[in-house]
Amino acid sequence: MAAQFLFFLLATVAVAAAIGMLVARNPVSSALWLVLNLFCIAGLYLTMNASFIGVIQILVYAGAIMVLFLFVIMLLNLQALPRPGDIEWTKVLAFVLGMVILAQLMYVVAVGLDVPIEPVTTAQAAETGSAEVLARSLFTEYALHLEMAGILLLAATIGAVMLAQRRFE
Amino acid sequence: MDLSEAYLTLWSDLDGVFSMALVSLVGLIVVVVDAFRNDHPSLPWMGAAALLASIGWELSVLGDAPGTALFGAVRTGGFAAFVNLIILVSGLLTIVLSVPYLDQLKRAYGEVYALILFATAGMIMLGTANTLISVFVGLETMSICLYIMTGLVREDEGSIESALKYFLLGAFSTGFFLYGIALLYGATGTMVLPEMAAGLEASGSTLLFWGGVALLLIGFMFKVSAVPFHMWTPDVYQGAPTTLTGYMSTASKASAFASLILVLFYALPTERWSLVLAFIAVVTMVLGNVLALSQPNVKRMLAYSSVAHAGYVLVGLTAASPAGYAGALYYLLVYAVMNIGAFGVMAFLEWDGKEGREQTLDSLAGIGFRRPALGASMGFFMFSLTGLPPLAGFTGKWFVFAPAVNAGLTWLVFIAVLMSAVSAYYYLRVVYVFWMLSPEDVPEAAEAQNAAFPVPASSIAVIVACAVTLLVLFVLSGNVMGFAEGLFEEAASMASMP
Repeated sequence: MAAQFLFFLLATVAVAAAIGMLVARNPVSSALWLVLNLFCIAGLYLTMNASFIGVIQILVYAGAIMVLFLFVIMLLNLQALPRPGDIEWTKVLAFVLGMVILAQLMYVVAVGLDVPIEPVTTAQAAETGSAEVLARSLFTEYALHLEMAGILLLAATIGAVMLAQRRFE
Repeated sequence: MDLSEAYLTLWSDLDGVFSMALVSLVGLIVVVVDAFRNDHPSLPWMGAAALLASIGWELSVLGDAPGTALFGAVRTGGFAAFVNLIILVSGLLTIVLSVPYLDQLKRAYGEVYALILFATAGMIMLGTANTLISVFVGLETMSICLYIMTGLVREDEGSIESALKYFLLGAFSTGFFLYGIALLYGATGTMVLPEMAAGLEASGSTLLFWGGVALLLIGFMFKVSAVPFHMWTPDVYQGAPTTLTGYMSTASKASAFASLILVLFYALPTERWSLVLAFIAVVTMVLGNVLALSQPNVKRMLAYSSVAHAGYVLVGLTAASPAGYAGALYYLLVYAVMNIGAFGVMAFLEWDGKEGREQTLDSLAGIGFRRPALGASMGFFMFSLTGLPPLAGFTGKWFVFAPAVNAGLTWLVFIAVLMSAVSAYYYLRVVYVFWMLSPEDVPEAAEAQNAAFPVPASSIAVIVACAVTLLVLFVLSGNVMGFAEGLFEEAASMASMP
């Protein structure tokens, strides 16, 4: 019961935050609404026993990417957005209806292709969603790929610093 | 899986990835040393030593039976050793040629040599991949390093243009590649190449599978610059530092083709893709050769010629036989030697201060008499690229065209030979301008007359060695080809065993 309550609480806040992000007129507060939304989604992952992806969601999206967003917003000094009254609501309605029809079509196509879509039970999620399971295969089966990805990121960092800094020497 | 057992397996498999590990490790050491001794002149030689040691190692395992290492991540044995040798030799030649060239550009950064080593490690992973994850991680490691090296001369707008184009288009093609991998995984339930055929039979989702193959091929065709995914090649090759262009056009092509051969050989049934590749080969050869005809700049001409050569290699692949694959491998080896040599010569004949992207071929009129060693070597490379005996370019073409004829694709080989004849015009024109045109007859040559063209002895030695290697490879072509063919026959017989 508590899990259901938590789900509805987090889902409601997430939807409210998403709407808040859309209607906020100030880019910075819009970004902050998005942070709240991402936190709630991380909470949803946690209630589904996908602990690793929940933590990563907070670290990567709510942390790193949002900081980047805020930097860009503050550095670019964005102009004020159009007021809600200026938005053409018929276009918004048309977009929503179009998306609904697209979703229906995609569903029909997906059923026609017989893509197996089975709901994941909480037991399955607990088995596969933890950091331990992931780490076990990352550091054994995919150890070589992990090391090479480390080299890739190092090369990218070195390259960025070299290209950006060397000009001023 | 028990963890300690898994680590023991990893440890015991380490010799299977010796070159990759050594090259990456020395790359890391170069980065650390560079942090304390900025741009120390010993850095490139550390890299060269690592590559030389790896070449020695690969020569010693050349005769090994095919196998896999590190939980099936990469292939080991003769094929892997052969591919690694092409990549490592290209890397070594590039480092030796780059040292004086980058000094001349005032870009002798230690980081560049670390990036060359990292790119080499990525190429080794790509060229010996046994799973699609290895293909992807190797491909990305290689590509990221190449993007950075392309944009090395940041003050020059041509260099920035080429780096940005390469990066954006490369990132785009990576998207296709990943979609392809995702669809293939969805259709077969496995990432391991030799298990894909069985996985496809079990799931039966052929539509998903061939969709994935198509997207995967787009990614590969981009990396080997086959038409219609070649758009980036001329601009990138023209704007990048010249010795690094040589590296880009040979080693990355060799490893991408090796990876493509592994995918075709182990994962795909032959009957469906052979004609697709034949069609791509035709448009690649025709467009590459025809566009190369009208290029006044040698680097741009070599870029279009590199597109055309990708077409010749694809002709070998369409045969889908051990002889065809082996011919492609041999061709890649020859192509690496002659193209690094040709770009090396152009690197030391630059006088425009813009990585040679603005100077015309005609401005180098009569340069053969001022720099005879470079001029004569360039003659070797051009004759070999045309495919004339007694140079390895001839046997290379023979070995990729003959299997295609045996596979019944005579029309394809007819077009290929016709296009080789067309290519003679622009290759031999270089020789004509270098040796037979007098600088007094060409107005553009006036500026180049004053250029110093400082060429260190080590670079001349490397370039002449490349030219001599072409003769040696011609003489030994039967042995090398026989060895390469044996690799695929051995692998095929192992695969057919239950």
